[in-house]
Amino acid sequence: MSETFEADLARCVMRWCVGATGIANAARLSGGASQETWSFDIMHPDGNIGAILRRAPSGYGAAPERAAGLDAEAVLMQRAYAAGIPSPPVMHVLDTVDELGIGFIMGRIAGETIARKILRDDAFAAVRPKLARQVGDVLRGIHGLDRATLPQLRHMNPATEIAELTRDYRGFDWPRPVFDLALRWLADNDPGPAQHETLVHGDFRNGNLIIGEDGIRAVLDWELAHFGDPMEDLGWICVNSWRFGAIDKPVGGFGSREEMFAGYEAAGGRVDAVRVKYWEVMGTLRWGVMCCGMMQRFRAGPDHSMERAMIGRRASETEIDLLRLLAPRAGGG
Amino acid sequence: MQDEPTPTELLNAVAEFLRNEIAPKISGAAGFKLRVATNAIDLVVRQLELSEPRAANELTRLVTLLGENGSLADLNRKLANSIATGAVDLNTPGLADHLWQSTMDKLAVDQPNYASYRRELEREKNS
Repeated sequence: MSETFEADLARCVMRWCVGATGIANAARLSGGASQETWSFDIMHPDGNIGAILRRAPSGYGAAPERAAGLDAEAVLMQRAYAAGIPSPPVMHVLDTVDELGIGFIMGRIAGETIARKILRDDAFAAVRPKLARQVGDVLRGIHGLDRATLPQLRHMNPATEIAELTRDYRGFDWPRPVFDLALRWLADNDPGPAQHETLVHGDFRNGNLIIGEDGIRAVLDWELAHFGDPMEDLGWICVNSWRFGAIDKPVGGFGSREEMFAGYEAAGGRVDAVRVKYWEVMGTLRWGVMCCGMMQRFRAGPDHSMERAMIGRRASETEIDLLRLLAPRAGGG
Repeated sequence: MQDEPTPTELLNAVAEFLRNEIAPKISGAAGFKLRVATNAIDLVVRQLELSEPRAANELTRLVTLLGENGSLADLNRKLANSIATGAVDLNTPGLADHLWQSTMDKLAVDQPNYASYRRELEREKNS
């Protein structure tokens, strides 16, 4: 498979990269069950170019109806890049003629995406305390993108999100009383649509950011972008699953909500902390439902992967986090 | 009556082999998958060891909470529906305790190193 893959990739690159003579050093990067990421070099007489291919084999990734679509995702990354939001340059959107599945080729940006390394390695010790504030700053930049320049995307609000999660959860036909508790709380506490809808990244979290010793270098994975409540992004990065063990630092394991809020407001945004908490609950449930979805697709096949099966056994992580949010036990901490 | 070694002992032996003899020899995507594989074996071992008595306790709690008998699957479905309709909520005596206990039991099998679980386990020890 890999020889064919590399030959296909080389043919693809030579089709659009003028002067390219081939590719080298193609390597599948580990981590992540829902997408393949390949690093490779474009061989070029003027100097080789570091590149990344991100592709989603069919059946993987976000629920298909949630996906912004490839063309939209490419445009979003280009708009973000143009607006000075840390972003890799998109070099090519895969075409059917490429025979590589669906995905992108973009410039390779040096840095780390593996959340646990970012949270633990000494190399990032100096920048870590600055990241929560920077998250606020970058998110405000995304929410400030001029909607007139953006592609068509889905509009989401709490009610539509609840409806989708309810439908997905019921479709699994595997009762989880804690999920029902969360759905009920979300319906009872629905704050309504946001007064000012903006672009929402939809998957802005530790793991989808390239971090260097100088801070956030790139925002990745725009697949779930939509229009809606900007506070959704601030809530999603606080979901406990993205703290990777650093559970007392709610913003991706980097730092405090207050630091993120300060960064957001310094960049001209306005924070509604109640909505942020609401979206954290929604996000926790959403990740739980996604874990169950992985299990479901593992069973349905044909792509019968062990990783997906094991992600199904992470749904219970979101149940304990939902209980900590909605039914905390006495004693603090 | 099946012979020995027990399923748990066999699985532990397989996991030990994969971890000690195979893992050092591979890296990259295959190494990642191998870690997932050994984690899966460990999870099954925990389920074999822990789930029986805990499931029995869960059933007892559900019978008390709902006031009726049934299988674990049936009563869980009934509880989920009762929460969805609002017939049962966090003010219902025993509900929060039941959800907490059942969730702690799941985590003990699924992800015993998950930080939230460790935190809650500490809380139980200290209270």
